Amino acid sequence: MKNFITYAIFVIISAVIILGLALPIPDIPALGDKARVLYFHVPMSWISVLAFFMSMWYSIRYLKTRDHNYDIKSYSSAQLGFLFCILATATGSLWAKFSWGSFWNWDPRQTSIFILLLIYGAYFALRSAIESEDQRAKLSSVYSIIAAVTVPFFVFIMPRIVESLHPDPILNTQGKINMDSSMLTVFLSALVGFTMLYLWMLDLKIRAEKLNYKKLSLTD
Amino acid sequence: MLLKNSYLVFKKDLSSELRTRYVINSLLMFVLVIISIIRFAIGDEKVDNEILTGLLWIAIFFTSVSGLSRTFVKEEEKETSFSLKLSTGSNSVILGKLFFNLILTFSLNLLILFLFVIITDYEIKNFSGFMIVIVFGNLGLVSASTIIAAIISKANSKGTLYPVLSFPVLLPLLITVINATKLASVGVETGKLLGEIQILLSYFIVVTVASLMLFKYVWED
Repeated sequence: MKNFITYAIFVIISAVIILGLALPIPDIPALGDKARVLYFHVPMSWISVLAFFMSMWYSIRYLKTRDHNYDIKSYSSAQLGFLFCILATATGSLWAKFSWGSFWNWDPRQTSIFILLLIYGAYFALRSAIESEDQRAKLSSVYSIIAAVTVPFFVFIMPRIVESLHPDPILNTQGKINMDSSMLTVFLSALVGFTMLYLWMLDLKIRAEKLNYKKLSLTD
Repeated sequence: MLLKNSYLVFKKDLSSELRTRYVINSLLMFVLVIISIIRFAIGDEKVDNEILTGLLWIAIFFTSVSGLSRTFVKEEEKETSFSLKLSTGSNSVILGKLFFNLILTFSLNLLILFLFVIITDYEIKNFSGFMIVIVFGNLGLVSASTIIAAIISKANSKGTLYPVLSFPVLLPLLITVINATKLASVGVETGKLLGEIQILLSYFIVVTVASLMLFKYVWED
């Protein structure tokens, strides 16, 4: 079963990469072929947010049960989330260079992902500054929950400050997606494929961290 | 009972502060230093309100970040946290410390604002609106800083870690409050600032409720 999932992820992501570049896409005003980045950028952004909230969820579970496995899960999810967050920033920034003319111009979307990066960075800085295992698990859980409750404020704040040039208002006028069926298929398979990749990597990461933890507690 | 105990924690902090001047002396000097840096950076230039408001909030943010962590760090350094844990519950500790930090921040901010206006010709057109925004901004600022101070008091390298941890959490508040004070200083009516004030108030409530729920995990071993 495990092998089957691994192969499925491989097939889906290869297909997304090939078809995403090869298949024609409908004409989107002002975007054109540059819209192809959404096959990669959107799943990355989605996973970096998903991983953040999964990390918070495991933090809550840890505080409730004090089961160290939850801390391992929370930490692993945060690490992967950070990786995907960097990838989302990089893909978005590349795209911004060719559409808006500069890699970084503090568009609300860029500001939000910058804050997500900051939160991840602060979380890892906190973890590396605490020596005791239990304290580390407890304090970083509390921090990730505090950070997570303040994140939704950006939904209300950012539109008040500046107008976004980010293109989902174009793709997404009146809440419906104007993609044709082939584009939609590739896009949805990209979402599914990358999410499966994230879950698979998470599983791997958790198993590795558990072995690591076991080794550390044996040598103590 | 809870309120009485929090008041006692607050009173204990206040009287120990007045006796030792553990924080206040260095903070006053810090305010002077940061205000004079701003003065020398500006020189005799005429600077418009947009930039001045930003400078004001830089001064406020760094003063809070250098002062507010002391309430918890002090307990760890002087090894008084155990007796405090024995004396009262976690909720009264966080509420008492929160109240102490509020008083500290309000008085410091008034001082910063006073010095800032004298030194830079900062003109506030809608003064009442400006003060309302400052008050609500401070509520959220203090509440988030206090719980993060509790977290870092258990970690190493506290001084550098504090701004690193508080900045991402405070950023939604800072963006809103900077924008609102800027608007008030150029004379926008208080009624038009209601949206911002709502955000500031809800930020305060959300963070305070989260701190009350989470503090016991930080405080109790």
